[in-house]
Amino acid sequence: MPEPLIHAEHLSRFFGTVKAVDDLSLEVPAGIVFGFLGPNGAGKTTTIHLLLGLLDPTKGQARVLGFDTRTQAEAIRAQSGALLEFAGLYERMSAQDNLDLYGRIYRMPAPARRARIKELLTHLDLWDRRRDQVGTWSRGMKQKLAVARALLHHPPLVFLDEPTAGFDPIAAAALREDLASLVAREGVTVFLNTHNLSEAEKLCAQVGVIRQGKLVTVGAPDDLRARTGGPQAEVVGSGFTEQMLATLRERPEVAHAEVHNSHLLIELRGEGKMGPCVRLLVHAGAEVEEVRRGKASLEDVFLTLMEEEQR
Amino acid sequence: MNDIWTMMWKESKDLLFQGGWKALIRPVLLIGIMGIYLPLQFGLQWLALPLIELFVILWIPFFVIISFIGDAIAGERERHTLETLLASRISDRAILLGKVVVTVGYAWGLALGGLLLGLVLVNLFRGNGGGWMFYHPFDLFLEALALILVTCILGASAGVLVSLRTSTVRQAQQILSIGTVVLVFGGISALQALPAKFVASLTYAQFLLLVLAVFAVLDVILLGGSLVSFRRSRLIVS
Repeated sequence: MPEPLIHAEHLSRFFGTVKAVDDLSLEVPAGIVFGFLGPNGAGKTTTIHLLLGLLDPTKGQARVLGFDTRTQAEAIRAQSGALLEFAGLYERMSAQDNLDLYGRIYRMPAPARRARIKELLTHLDLWDRRRDQVGTWSRGMKQKLAVARALLHHPPLVFLDEPTAGFDPIAAAALREDLASLVAREGVTVFLNTHNLSEAEKLCAQVGVIRQGKLVTVGAPDDLRARTGGPQAEVVGSGFTEQMLATLRERPEVAHAEVHNSHLLIELRGEGKMGPCVRLLVHAGAEVEEVRRGKASLEDVFLTLMEEEQR
Repeated sequence: MNDIWTMMWKESKDLLFQGGWKALIRPVLLIGIMGIYLPLQFGLQWLALPLIELFVILWIPFFVIISFIGDAIAGERERHTLETLLASRISDRAILLGKVVVTVGYAWGLALGGLLLGLVLVNLFRGNGGGWMFYHPFDLFLEALALILVTCILGASAGVLVSLRTSTVRQAQQILSIGTVVLVFGGISALQALPAKFVASLTYAQFLLLVLAVFAVLDVILLGGSLVSFRRSRLIVS
């Protein structure tokens, strides 16, 4: 079995009494987009800093790309790309010079550097604006350029820290699309910090959920859905009474039922057959117009996990 | 060495020569003061490098250094470019030395340009015929160049050390301004503390050599201190 690209064992980092990352054990296989989910201040950024060897762990250890983060951090940074909390672009320099700088830093030969810059900027529709000072660009363009910079030297592993944070939905979707197409084309492994759950749902093959420095769970989004909630159904109609809901909740296939915005939401157990429930509702006098089956979203899973942790 | 060149390339693009032709206004203005205005005031005496001339030629590049160097680390931090740079493969030493070399080279180059332009101008305006005159004695000219260099390195290494510990460029520049005042008055006090007989026994060249030696020692201490203080883990947390 191939060695995972990221392997952390009991990784911890404390700042005084604050446990930013606490006993984190994690494995990220090669070739996937791994989503690291958590609310603000959960320890996501500190985890990236630890994995890049920018911070030494207080306890535990991690190997990234086969290198120890404590003793071989330079090798990790040489073979990975990063788009951290801020785009980190030199705004008084042109887009081309920004990429050229990092191409030089990663010791790419000049012809390869030029070709790669052209390839990435063309792919991201930025080539025509390559000579502009980056400071004159929109936020979305800057972030695209920062993604290009992270991928410039063909790294096998890229760390992205909330790449769409603070973007409007259209700009975020556009960046996500560019990101997805680049990642698929380059075949890199991505460690994606995000608190945007739809982003994780669209991009990630595996997700880890962190809260207050502790890893709450890790797995494929489908597995997490299965672990934290069964199939769901939404009944559109009218006449749902409290008594009706109480009867519904007593049924063995129903885990939970509630009315939300005049829609009846039912969380089911096991295979979750809806037929008996619909019969019960109609028989009790509800007017059923439509029944929609569905799975819990990653957002539902995330909120459930956060609630469980809080309890 | 490659990495230091890379940082020097970046610093020259980002800090010194950004903004196209407008970036040339600053150096042209300063070389104009050092190479045209002052030599015309001093006349032939300019070529003898009197103490007052040397003080001005030291002060201008030093002033340039302390106004630029505060930006070295604090500026990168303020503009949120430091974290990305630290997350790359470039070494701590290359980041620091690249910044110091470019800033020192820029300021020292301005002083050299001013001295050479002044030399040409004084000779052109001499008007009484005769051969071409150079700075004299020549050893003193070399000492002056070395003194300007160590003064620039002093400003740059102190500046980097301050810049590493401050969160904004303004804060760094304020500390450096106060530091300059302390350096000047501390230097005067130190000179006064020396035995008068010893000071009187020194020739002008020997006096400059003494200052040069003291500054060189301070350079080693401050530059060494900067290299030791430059720690990724500390910078990333701050």
